[in-house]
Amino acid sequence: MLTRPERSASARPVVAEETGTSTSHLRRAGLRDKLFRGSTQVSAATVFLLVLAIVLSLAFGASLAFRKFGFGFFVSTDWNPVTEQFGAAAPIYGTLVTSIIAMLIGIPLSFGIALFITELAPAWLKRPIGTAVELLAAIPSIIYGMWGLFIFAPWFAELQPVIQEKLGSIPVIGSLFEGPPMGIGIFTAGLILAIMVVPFITAVMRDVFALVPTELRESAYGLGATTWEVVWNVVLPYTKVGVIGGVMLGLGRALGETMAVTFVIGNAQRISTSLFMPGNTISSALANEFTEAVGDTYTSSLLALGLILFMITFIVLAIARLLLGRVGGRV
Amino acid sequence: MKMFTSSNRSVRMFVLGLSMAAFVQGPAMADVTAIAGAGATFPYPVYAKWAEAYAAKTGVKLNYQSIGSGGGIKQIVAKTVDFGASDAPLKPAALKKDGLMQFPTVMGGVVPVVNIPSVKAGELKLSPTVLANIYLGKISKWNDPAIADLNPGMKLPATAITVVHRSDGSGTTWIFTNYLSKVSAEWKNEVGNEKSVAWPAGVGGKGNEGVASYVSRIKGSIGYVEYAYALQNKMAHAKLQNAAGRFVDPDNNSFQAAAASADWAHADGFYMVLTDQPGDQSWPITGATFILVHTTQEKPATGSAVLRFFDWAYANGDKMASDLDYVPMPDSVVKLVEQAWTRQVLGPDGKTVYNSGM
Repeated sequence: MLTRPERSASARPVVAEETGTSTSHLRRAGLRDKLFRGSTQVSAATVFLLVLAIVLSLAFGASLAFRKFGFGFFVSTDWNPVTEQFGAAAPIYGTLVTSIIAMLIGIPLSFGIALFITELAPAWLKRPIGTAVELLAAIPSIIYGMWGLFIFAPWFAELQPVIQEKLGSIPVIGSLFEGPPMGIGIFTAGLILAIMVVPFITAVMRDVFALVPTELRESAYGLGATTWEVVWNVVLPYTKVGVIGGVMLGLGRALGETMAVTFVIGNAQRISTSLFMPGNTISSALANEFTEAVGDTYTSSLLALGLILFMITFIVLAIARLLLGRVGGRV
Repeated sequence: MKMFTSSNRSVRMFVLGLSMAAFVQGPAMADVTAIAGAGATFPYPVYAKWAEAYAAKTGVKLNYQSIGSGGGIKQIVAKTVDFGASDAPLKPAALKKDGLMQFPTVMGGVVPVVNIPSVKAGELKLSPTVLANIYLGKISKWNDPAIADLNPGMKLPATAITVVHRSDGSGTTWIFTNYLSKVSAEWKNEVGNEKSVAWPAGVGGKGNEGVASYVSRIKGSIGYVEYAYALQNKMAHAKLQNAAGRFVDPDNNSFQAAAASADWAHADGFYMVLTDQPGDQSWPITGATFILVHTTQEKPATGSAVLRFFDWAYANGDKMASDLDYVPMPDSVVKLVEQAWTRQVLGPDGKTVYNSGM
């Protein structure tokens, strides 16, 4: 009983003292806070300005090509530096098709790896597989390109006739695999891209799968659900947002990848129905042609290609945001 | 120490190349210790070799960025470098427009290479028309009668021909398409002559090494590379029929033969393309590579240093060039170049910068 007033009595001056110091302390903290807030605002504004500056300079550089060719620039397959007739259809087609192939192969593969690591693998195996995936991400893209050209393409050239024999007679699908067996082309580029996006998608998927609360998972198992049912009905619905985010990250990488694609795509400004034929992507066209592009129309057309790639990436991001918003809302 | 009192550039160069500047000899050269050039990739190995030897001898360092002829032209026009380099000569009108003069340094050849399992180097013979038709996509099988007629007795497979071309813009492509335009009207009308063209057929490899690796990996392919690459990669070249109707192998002799018949004295602004030249021994796809400098040198000391470098290279660099499979310019052409320097490359005072301060 005695201790209480004593404590409060002794406590009061301490409080007063604390408030005394804390006003000056607070003032200083307030100043620091303002500085801190200001500097973060400047950083944020820099990002915004950078994006704006890049878009504006691309648009400015591309304006000549757009004025000259109009909408035709998007649909024409002409790419003729001699007559200065340029159209972006072939590289746009190549960019989209290689990315689609990469996604078709990459997403299921990453899904499998991520699931195996988080749900099925014995503890001692999780680390090595995880590290292997991270190592894949650390390999520079030119190495993938060289591997694709020197190791994969010759081997794939031997395999192509077999694929053509098996699938060639099927009406529509057959025409996708026509052409001389070169080992390089749109399909090879897509495949190399798939390998390159796997670590990115896998890493995100693994992380979000691991976030699923154990209670949810174990309740489902407790109810007698199979592993597949747990994954499909519990893990995936819970992690949809993250999974889509990971896929978009991979897609972004696939759309913009330059060196590896340039090595194996065959660099031909053409649209062909066959996936075994050479094609071109926007970024590889830029890498190939910028150094020797002389003449305003040529340079401007290349910058226009850059702007189109920017727009494609922007659209992909916007769709991702939209999907995330909808999914997020439901969750 | 003149170095510190001269222009900003020299001071900057001094800071950049401190170690090298320490070896500067002779007061006349003290104010320029480094010259910068940019452009063609084809002559880069020989320029690098010359630069190394020149720096060891005089202390003047050459920074050459092999960024491609297009980039070299852009940079010399923008005056960010002291000289530009281009594999394709600029037309006299273009030179005049940007106030430039050009001169040839070395020559080289472009060589068609093939990958047909049964065919060894130099065995396959091609005529200009057949080569053009292959690149036009009109001849698509190796056992086509047009090829068989040129190669009686040779066993040619029925495999499809995969045409390999450069995917990047390049002087090599310029020389190659210049040749095809000369020998095939159809090529001239439908495709034309540029550093990159709308190829009617085939796949594109980046750089000589890209074409070389595609050709060595794709069976039934044909490509074109600079002579040095064909040699170094031990690729199977084809014999070509020249303007005189003879089938010739590419080598230094046949390149020199092509150069010998060229009339440089009457080539305005040294605009000279060595493709499809007359002469029994001439290799038909030969070309020179060029250096571009401004005719009015705002910094005469730098301009003078550039010319001194190439002057030295003409006099002492032939052996180094031949060792790297380039063909040196004949002495008669060098004399013409030196006359042109004296007449055309002037300082702000209107006096020649060539040999000034020597």
